[in-house]
Formats: sequence, structure tokens, C-alpha cells
Amino acid sequence: MKGTAKTKALSALFAVTMLSATSIFYMQVVKAGDSLKDDGLPSGISKVKVKPATDDGPLDEIISGWHFRSKETKNLQQDDFENPGYLWVEQGEELWATKDGSKGKSCKSCHDDPAKSMKGVGANMPKWDAKLKRPLTLEQRVNTCRTQGLGAKEWKWESREMLSMTAFIRNLSRGMPMNVQADGPMKPWVEKGKNIYYTRVGQLNMSCSNCHEDNYGKNIRADHLSQGQSNGFPTYRLKWQKIGSLHRRFKGCMKNIRATPYKPGSDEFVALEIYLSQRGKGLEIETPAVRN
Amino acid sequence: MKKAMHTIAVCALIGATAASSAISINDASANPVTPDKVKVVDGKIKTPLTNKPGNAADGKNWFANRKLGNCLACHVNQDMSSKPFHGEIGPAVNAVATRYSPAQLRAILVDAKSVFGDQTIMPGFYKVDPGQRVAKKFKGKTILSGQQVEDIIAYLLTLKK
Ligand code: HEC
Ligand code: HEC
Ligand code: HEC
Repeated sequence: MKGTAKTKALSALFAVTMLSATSIFYMQVVKAGDSLKDDGLPSGISKVKVKPATDDGPLDEIISGWHFRSKETKNLQQDDFENPGYLWVEQGEELWATKDGSKGKSCKSCHDDPAKSMKGVGANMPKWDAKLKRPLTLEQRVNTCRTQGLGAKEWKWESREMLSMTAFIRNLSRGMPMNVQADGPMKPWVEKGKNIYYTRVGQLNMSCSNCHEDNYGKNIRADHLSQGQSNGFPTYRLKWQKIGSLHRRFKGCMKNIRATPYKPGSDEFVALEIYLSQRGKGLEIETPAVRN
Repeated sequence: MKKAMHTIAVCALIGATAASSAISINDASANPVTPDKVKVVDGKIKTPLTNKPGNAADGKNWFANRKLGNCLACHVNQDMSSKPFHGEIGPAVNAVATRYSPAQLRAILVDAKSVFGDQTIMPGFYKVDPGQRVAKKFKGKTILSGQQVEDIIAYLLTLKK
């Protein structure tokens, strides 16, 4: 069963490679009319638009990035066998039971069946850690367990192993609404993230909100602007030809406006991630999403 | 179709290198007014930024070039209807010469905020380090040279329909 899934995913990957050769400079365009109707839904998802929980938020409607992509890109996320991101999810499943580190343990040794122990966990990240007195993203949580639980070395942020494990764990929450804690000790982090979101940076002097709040639904050159939501991460990008973390995407957006990005895993990007999760609260987890 | 796209991509690359060598030549010969000396008065900058008149053909290139004006990223331009992917963030620039004087266009290009207000997304193309955290490579530099601004103005003035 697993074997066939992999071969199918691999052939999809090949098709995608061909497709994305053109995407690097000019990504697929969505014509204005197209974006208004949804062609079905992504696999495992019941809705891609939700009403905000409160009226005081900036968005009338919270919309998944899936909605803004071309039909071809959308299709890749409608069938798990076509979705190249599943290669990473499957690798993560293998790593879950693989022993590593000085204590001779695997994740399974402590957390047993991930379908039970990890269900919903990915929807609540980043989460406050009472011992460390700070929030941890899923990557940081995994690395804490690697060093303290396994006695193993940390995985690098954008390593194959980290992307596989985080894709695997987030996928176990697919279809569940993002529900990050925003009050209590998390409040200053939400505020910090919001501040970064609305601050203009770079030679082009733009803020995240200039594109993803003021202009979503419009084309910027060949790209159709979404609300820049975080519910699909780690996300398979045709441009990257692999899965990538949310912080990698942040970096890319900051570089495009000619700003010096913060570092993946920095407090600034953690705060931005928390703020985005709060901004997109209620949107269903789509990991691994497919985007151009 | 795919082949055509590749050709475009290659052209864009060549365009980019040609453009960067053009900057230094233009700047050396044209003596531009430095960005800190430029003043917007009533939405206008009357004096050209350089002694050399703008070249509309060059301006047309800068308008489309992703590394320079990249104006096409945000503006539909029917004069470039053969090029794909016109953005729709700002208004179409069709017939823009009938709406603005050269002095107004200069102010829009140099510092869009001075004309449209602080909230505009349109960058100031002749401003030094307007935002925080400007990447090292672009620190202390304007997006366009003074000559390139004049070239684009000359080009915009040809857009009468
Ligand atoms: C020695 C036991 C141990 C091992 C081995 C271990 N963990 Fe943990 N893990 C824990 C404990 C204990 C917690 C709960 C920490 C807390 O709630 O403060 C936890 C929490 C987590 C959480 C957050 C759960 C939640 O509800 O928020 C994730 C995700 C996680 N571990 C992933 C992993 C992964 C991935 C591995 C393998 C690389 C792993 N863990 C290995 C002990 C372990
Ligand atoms: C110049 C416009 C622009 C700015 C400014 C910008 N982005 Fe983006 N961003 C894009 C484009 C274009 C894409 C790809 C298409 C889309 O999803 O909008 C994108 C994609 C994203 C995505 C992926 C969405 C998905 O569905 O996978 C996230 C997340 C994101 N941006 C966050 C940010 C954050 C955070 C900032 C501020 C640090 C930012 N962006 C600033 C243009 C911008
Ligand atoms: C990031 C998007 C963006 C880019 C890039 C951009 N503009 Fe604009 N431009 C706008 C917006 C938006 C407006 C409308 C003013 C407003 O409401 O903010 C505008 C307005 C204008 C106007 C006035 C149009 C009218 O009819 O009122 C002109 C002329 C113009 N831009 C020229 C240019 C040129 C030339 C370039 C390239 C050097 C350029 N723009 C690059 C977004 C952009």
C-alpha cells in the first residue's frame, strides 16, 4: 500500500517538475473570475473560508491560500496520491519509530501511537511552554524532545528530517481548525507579531499587510495574492520543488521586498507565526498544502 | 507556449544584466540631483533629476524590468499588451500622459507617498532607505537612478491613449 502511494507520488512529482520549470519566472495565472468559485475542496478539508470569531479583526472572511491558486495547483491537493508533500509525511512516519540518540529511544517510546497522542497538537502550535517560559513552535518542540527525550542532536530548521517530522505531525491535525492560545502569557507574543506584520520594511518599504490584507485577490505580476495564511505549512511549493517551513516563506516574502529577513526560529518569526495563527484562527489545517 | 515562456525568462535575465551596466554609464554622464536634495512641492517636482533628457525607449525597458521599475507588477499597460502578466494593484497607466504633467509624474515616481499619502503600497523609486531593515545589497541606494526616473517619465509621456 505504502509502496504504491510512493510511486504515484513520485510520478506526480515528475509531472510537477516539468510544470514548475515555467513557474520559476512566471507562475500560473488565475483569471479574475476563476477565483470566485471553488472547484471542490482540498483533500480532508470541509471548508476553505471561515468567518472570524470576533468582529474586531481586520478580515471579514478568513480564506485559505488554496482558494487563490490555479486549477492545476488546486488539483494536486485534492488527491493525496497526487500530492507530492506526502513523500515527507511518509518519511516523518518512519522517523517517528526510528531510535536515535544516547538514550536508545524513539518518539514512539514516549508518545506511542501518534494518531492518538499527536492528534490536534499541530493545530495548537505554537504553544506556551511553562518550563521554558516561552512559546515553542512545532519545530522547537520536536527539538526539545530530541535533546531532552532522546539525547540526540537538534535537527536543523529546514532539514529533511525536521520538515518530514513536522509535516507528519501537522498532517495528523488535518481538517482541524487552527486554535492557538492568544491570551495569558502568549499575549505579548501576539502583539509583537502584529507589530512586525504591520511594519514597513525593505527598500520597497512594504509591510505584510500591504500585500496580504490590502490587496489579496489581486494579481501582482503573475502571482495571485492570498491572505498569506499559515494553515497549510509545511507546504509543498512547486517553485521550491520540495516542502518548506513557514519561516522559509516569511524569509522569501521579506527578501522580495529587499529587506533583511529575520532568522528561522528567531523570536521575531516565532511571534509572527503566533500572530498569523491567531489571524487565521478557525481555518482548517491543510498540511501538506500545495502552492506554486 | 512553454517555449515562448522560456524565451521571455531568458530575455528578462539578459535585460537585467544589460540594465545594471547601463546604470553606471548613465549616472556618470548625467550628474543626477541626489535624493536628499529633491523636494516635492504641491505634488510636483519641476526640475528634472539629470541634465540629460529622458529616453522613452529606455524608459519602456525599465518599466517592465523586474529588477528595476517592475511597474508592470502593479499596473496594467495596454502599450505592452504583448507582454504577459500585468498586475492589478494600482490603476492602469493607459493614457496617463493626459492625466499628469511631467512634474507630477516625477513626484509620483520619486516619492509616491508625497502624492498619494502614507498608506500607498507604491514604492518611492528615488528614496534612500525608506523602510527598516533594508537588505545590505540595497542599503544607501535608490531603486532607480535619477536618469532611469527621467527615462520612465519620457516613456509615460508617450502614453496618450
Ligand atoms: C523521554 C520521553 C520523550 C521522548 C523520547 C519524546 N518526547 Fe515528545 N514529549 C515528551 C513529554 C514529557 C512531553 C510533554 C511536555 C509538556 O507537556 O510539557 C512531550 C511533548 C511533545 C509534543 C507536544 C505535545 C503537545 O501536546 O503539545 C510534541 C509535538 C512531541 N513531544 C514530539 C516528539 C517527537 C517528534 C519525538 C521524537 C523525535 C518526541 N517527542 C520524543 C516526552 C518525550
Ligand atoms: C509584495 C507583496 C508581498 C509582501 C509585502 C509579503 N508577501 Fe507574502 N506572499 C506574496 C506572494 C505573491 C505570495 C504567493 C501568493 C500568495 O499566496 O499570496 C505570498 C505568500 C505568502 C504566504 C504563503 C501563503 C500560502 O497559502 O501558502 C505566507 C504565509 C506569507 N506570504 C506571509 C507573509 C508575511 C508574514 C509577510 C510580511 C513579513 C509577507 N508575506 C509579505 C507577496 C507578499
Ligand atoms: C507595489 C505596486 C506598485 C508598483 C511596483 C508601482 N506602482 Fe504605481 N501605483 C500603485 C498604486 C496602488 C497606485 C494608486 C495610488 C494609491 O491609491 O496608492 C499607483 C499609482 C500610479 C500612478 C498614477 C496613476 C493614475 O492614473 O492616477 C502612476 C503614473 C504610477 N503609479 C506609475 C508607476 C510607475 C511608472 C511605476 C514603476 C516605476 C509604478 N507605478 C510602480 C502601485 C504600484
